[in-house]
Amino acid sequence: MNFSFFYHFGRYIMFLRSMLYKPEKFKVFMNRLFDEMNKIGIGSLPIVAITSLFIGAVTTVQTAYQLVSGLIAKSVIGTIVSDSTMLELGPTITCLVLSGKVGAHISSEIGNMRISEQIDALEVMGINAPGYLALPKIIAGLIMIPILNIIAITLSIYGGYMAGELSGILTHDQFITGARATFKGFTLFFSMIKAFTFAFIITSVSSYQGYYTQGGALEVGESSTKAVVYSSVLILFFDYLLAELLL
Amino acid sequence: MIELKNVNKSFEDKQVLFDINAQFLSGKNNLIIGASGGGKSVMMKCMVGLLKPDSGQIEFDQRDMLSLDEQQLREVRREIGMLFQGTALFDSLTVEQNIEFPLKMFSKMTPAQRRERVNFCLKRVNLENINKKYPSEISGGMKKRVGIARAIALDIKYLFCDEPNSGLDPITSRLIDALIDEITKEYGITNVINSHDMKTVADIGDHIIFVYKGQKWWEGNKTDLKHAQREIKELDNFIKASYFE
Repeated sequence: MNFSFFYHFGRYIMFLRSMLYKPEKFKVFMNRLFDEMNKIGIGSLPIVAITSLFIGAVTTVQTAYQLVSGLIAKSVIGTIVSDSTMLELGPTITCLVLSGKVGAHISSEIGNMRISEQIDALEVMGINAPGYLALPKIIAGLIMIPILNIIAITLSIYGGYMAGELSGILTHDQFITGARATFKGFTLFFSMIKAFTFAFIITSVSSYQGYYTQGGALEVGESSTKAVVYSSVLILFFDYLLAELLL
Repeated sequence: MIELKNVNKSFEDKQVLFDINAQFLSGKNNLIIGASGGGKSVMMKCMVGLLKPDSGQIEFDQRDMLSLDEQQLREVRREIGMLFQGTALFDSLTVEQNIEFPLKMFSKMTPAQRRERVNFCLKRVNLENINKKYPSEISGGMKKRVGIARAIALDIKYLFCDEPNSGLDPITSRLIDALIDEITKEYGITNVINSHDMKTVADIGDHIIFVYKGQKWWEGNKTDLKHAQREIKELDNFIKASYFE
């Protein structure tokens, strides 16, 4: 029987726990946190903006294509775009993109530090390496990724609206009426829960993969690939799980 | 002084260190010599706390590292500096930030005091005007010196050097050896050097420990080495192979 999953799961939990031992100086931690927030948040803004604008636009065009019946009001397009963006496309697609961008970056950065003995240097100095390296990344992710999710939702709806308006599929009023018609606060709240969960998965799984890299440059690449693959699979799994539990 | 008492270490079913007893003297260059794969690096990693021995004691001036609580262990670790084989400089930080790093983490110095200490350490290792450069922008020999500067930034009592000459040309190697020797004598540091360079042994070795297949085969000073070489075949083979290399 293969116990590899249990071994890695146990080690992942131990890794998360070890981050909380021996906190470093508060000022040093805050500097690291702001640095990571800048890298994860500001650094990911262009890709998130481009992705969400186009997703919204494509959703509008494709929904209009599928609405062949004249009995269905055009404003339904606005409803579908805004609801599907908040429920699924905003958090899930954004986080899948971020698992590639942020996850690979975190894993390769920490992995490279591992193979070049920089993590050993931290440990010899008596610094809690997981706490110093991974904790600011995880907290920065938990703060910035939900903010990116809000931005993604806004831009996606705007992209949908623009596509509808520019291509003459529906008018401004139709889109706004549709978008407002079925809006529920809980939908947005659910979207934020997903963003928090996915943010934790991306940052913690990638940090774990990087931290336990062994070997050389080739293995750093392997760790980055594993970080992206495992994060993406876990995002999809938790996407389903949260939908089952909360909707 | 650092003392190892009956230290054993194994990885899964393979034993790497067998009942090691050794002393590393204060104010001296203590060299661990031996062929690659003989257990030198594992021994050093056990001493600095990167690996935990299966059994035995590792005492830093009568403080057993394996029985100290977290706070006491942290205090001892602040007295340790290490020069890594690959220097292990943080490549996202400049030279200045690298040396300042332990000061920022563990001292209560003001930024001005830290800057002064960084410049002092850089000057001590004969480097100046490279404060703003990144590790990728300086040579291998300079990286080693920055590594030494970072190691001595805090007032350390123990310095560990893992293969300090690896990857360096013979002239730079001798300069690094001389620098390590000067610093050891000047600050009265207990210096532990892991090396298979017999030139280092000849130049700066005060106290030598020969490790072979995970066991300590011989311990003594440089003058006794010739005699030991005649007595111990493994040591003789190692020394001849090193010179041939």
